[in-house]
Amino acid sequence: MTALAGRPRVSIVVFPGTWSERDFAHVAGEVLGWETRLVWHAEEDLGETDAVVLPGGFAHGDHLRTGAIARFSPIMRKVEGFAAAGGPVIGSCNGFQVLTEAGMLPGALLRNDHLEFRCDWQHLRVEHPHSAAAWLGDLEDGALIRLPISHGEGRFIADPATLDELEGSGRVVLRYADEAGEVTADANPNGSERGIAGIVNARGNVLGLMPHPERAAEVEVGGTDGLRLFRSLERWLQAQPAIAERRL
Amino acid sequence: MAVTTRWVAEVRVELRPGIADPEGQTIGAGLRSLGYAVDDVRHGKLMRIAFAADDRDAAEAQLAEMCRRLLANPVMEVATWELTPDPSAEAAADVGVVPR
Repeated sequence: MTALAGRPRVSIVVFPGTWSERDFAHVAGEVLGWETRLVWHAEEDLGETDAVVLPGGFAHGDHLRTGAIARFSPIMRKVEGFAAAGGPVIGSCNGFQVLTEAGMLPGALLRNDHLEFRCDWQHLRVEHPHSAAAWLGDLEDGALIRLPISHGEGRFIADPATLDELEGSGRVVLRYADEAGEVTADANPNGSERGIAGIVNARGNVLGLMPHPERAAEVEVGGTDGLRLFRSLERWLQAQPAIAERRL
Repeated sequence: MAVTTRWVAEVRVELRPGIADPEGQTIGAGLRSLGYAVDDVRHGKLMRIAFAADDRDAAEAQLAEMCRRLLANPVMEVATWELTPDPSAEAAADVGVVPR
C-alpha cells in the first residue's frame, strides 16, 4: 500500500439553495484537516480533487422536482466525468436526489409518506460496505450506526426489477433500522421501499444516502458515526496508488 | 421566411399508477370529511407553456422533448398534454409576423 502523500482534497459543490456545504467543509477542513474547496455550481472546473461532495439543501429551490434543475448546472458535467473516471462521489440528502435526477444512481426520491418534514437521529444498518468501499470501507457488514436525517422528500422508490437488481448485486448499503438493528416499518422514517436509506452505483464509487454524515462528526453534536465515512474515504484514497503517486 | 406560430400547451404530470400518492390521499380524506363519497384522489401538476414552433408537428416534437428532458421524471411520473394555438392577441402582436 502506498501512503497518500498529502492531505485528501475534497471539492464540495454548492448550488443556489444548498445548505450543508459548510458543515461538510467544517468536518473535512477543521475536524480532519483536509484541503477543502467549495465549488459554485456555475463553475466548470472541479479543480484538482480526490473526492466530490454533493451536499444537502434545496438546490434551485427544489422547484419542479428535488434535484431536477441542479442536474443541468454546468459543474454537473465535471462531476459526471469525475465519477465516470472512478472518482469517489457522495450525495447526501438533496445530493442523493440530484444523483438520481442526473441518472448517476437509479430510482427516485418522493415526498415522505406521512407528508411531514422529518429531522431526527436515525439508526441505520450497514450492508455490503465493500460495495461502496470508498465511503463505507471502515464499517462492518451489519454494523448499526446513528446519523441525523433532515428531509421532507426521502421516500426512495424504483420499480421492483431495479430494487431486486440493487439488492442482488449488494448495492443497497444503508437501511433504516431500529435500535436493535431490525429493519421494520416503524423504523422507516419516510416510507422508502424496502427501508432503503442509501445505495451505490455498480462501479462502487458513487454513494447516495438521505442521512447526513457531516452532522455526526463530533462528540459535541451528539455522535461521531458520520466521521467513519470520512475515515473510510481517507483510507481508501491511501490504497489507490494512482492517487497517492501523483501527490508525491 | 418561416412563419412563427405561437402555441400554448397544458402539460399534466402525474405520478405513475401504483406509486403511493400521500398528498392525493390527504386531499381525499379532506373531501370525505366534507361528506363526499370520494373513493380515490391522485394529485399532479399542471404547467401551461407558451412557446413558438413552426407547425403542430414541430410543437408536438418539442413538447415530447421538454417532457423527457425536464418536465417529468420517467422513474416516477407520466406526462400528457393538450396543444392549442395561442389564442391571445398579445402573443400575435409580440411576434408581429402572424398573418391575419
